[in-house]
Amino acid sequence: MNAVLQYAVQGLAAGSFYALAALGLAVIFGVLGVVNFAHGAFYMLGAVAAAVLLDTLDLSLWWSLLVVPVLMFGFGVAVERLLVQWLLRLDPLYNFLLTFGLTLVLVELVKQRYGVSGLPYELPGPLQGRFDLAGVVLPRYQLFVLLFSLAICVLVWLVMTRSRVGMIVRASTEKPDLARALGINVGRWVTPVFGFGVALAGLAGVLAAPFRAITAEMGNNFAIILFAVVVIGGLGSIVGAVVAGFLVGLVEAFGQAYAPTFAQIFIFVLMALIILVRPAGLFGRKEATA
Amino acid sequence: MLEVTNLQAWYGLAQALHGVDLRVGEGEVVALAGRNGAGKTTLVRCLIGLHRQAGGSVRFLGRDVTGMAAHQRARAGMGWVQDDRGIYAGLTVEENLLLPPRVSDRAWTLDRVYEAFPVLADRRKASGTTLSGGEQQMLAIARVLRTGARLLLMDEPSEGLAPVIVARIGAIIREIKATGAGVLLIEQNVKFAATVADRHYLLSQGRIVESLDSSDFRRREGELLKHLGI
Repeated sequence: MNAVLQYAVQGLAAGSFYALAALGLAVIFGVLGVVNFAHGAFYMLGAVAAAVLLDTLDLSLWWSLLVVPVLMFGFGVAVERLLVQWLLRLDPLYNFLLTFGLTLVLVELVKQRYGVSGLPYELPGPLQGRFDLAGVVLPRYQLFVLLFSLAICVLVWLVMTRSRVGMIVRASTEKPDLARALGINVGRWVTPVFGFGVALAGLAGVLAAPFRAITAEMGNNFAIILFAVVVIGGLGSIVGAVVAGFLVGLVEAFGQAYAPTFAQIFIFVLMALIILVRPAGLFGRKEATA
Repeated sequence: MLEVTNLQAWYGLAQALHGVDLRVGEGEVVALAGRNGAGKTTLVRCLIGLHRQAGGSVRFLGRDVTGMAAHQRARAGMGWVQDDRGIYAGLTVEENLLLPPRVSDRAWTLDRVYEAFPVLADRRKASGTTLSGGEQQMLAIARVLRTGARLLLMDEPSEGLAPVIVARIGAIIREIKATGAGVLLIEQNVKFAATVADRHYLLSQGRIVESLDSSDFRRREGELLKHLGI
């Protein structure tokens, strides 16, 4: 029982990274129609940025959680303005290839600058050690990651469902042409939404920094699982991205505990099953993907 | 208020509109009929700015809107009621109403919309597409009225609806006309169109082949129905 709970928390903490990053991927896909292959690289940049900020400026995790998403937002805006926007009118495949190329460039640049051996990252004192919860001993940091990500997901959900911005994003996602014909300048939201999605990937990277080996390659495998998450949740679905993110984290954690060699296979078997039963994903709507 | 001159457009490799001329005045309801594939929907999509026109000009309220993007045309006072109603599943009924910005001071308030369409008030928190077809059509029309649009481009508003609902839509169109707004009514159901329209155009193979006032229209109704294959 004890072990099961530990795996569950571990899985949900790992799922937090997927949920946050998939959320970013979902809003970008929704509003721009771009499948952003570089999302794994943006996640890696978030983690690397946190490590570099700690090493050079002595900025702790607390500061990185604030500063890195802001930097990544700026980086996302630059990528959208300089690169992505020029291909938006063409087949979505072009931006898929562009972001794929961007991934290779970013990974190689980080490798050139910081090597391949991995950067160290030390947690702030209060987040170190373990936490005894009625006999179940859990790493404090995993609990923190879980609660922090949940709070961000709830915040994003509130913005999406309660604010005018959220309403416009949902409308532009579902029927972009109609939104335009109703007087909404959909184009104005494209750049900030892309920046926001990139910031979420960066935030997931910061949270992962103390938890994972910080290397240039850390985003590659992450990106592949992220696509499974998005397919399971339903392309463009915000709730779906979050639920599927946590679900995949759980599958991965229990897989690693009980059948380590099959851990990743389980994720893709789950994806295949869901595509068979519900081709639009758990929360996908046919209209939204058409 | 709407003057279309020599409008040309392509649909893929085929020319869909071969120089369409039409006009809608203030407080005027103008119906446009035509068989499937005559170019009706392409024409409306050109007018609202969602389909690129290859030639000709569109003037609206004295301004040349030919090069304007769709959202600018909407803000200038064009309101589109899409042929499939275009209700957002991901938005509640109320959000569907609140989504478009107000474009003039004749915009209806939410209270006025709910007074005119009580069923929308009852279902305000429900997802837009949980409404019946007729209710969705009411919502699509109410949504455009709430913006205060000066010209309504209505694409097949009676399609697939029960006669009692069609009659209700007719009454709404007459109310809109009474406020001085113009209506371009794309309609296959010419019997319905005849009850509300001041003038009629017949579109065939991307050209306006007939332009009739309502008395001509009634006189030649049989002939026109035959052309439309009804």
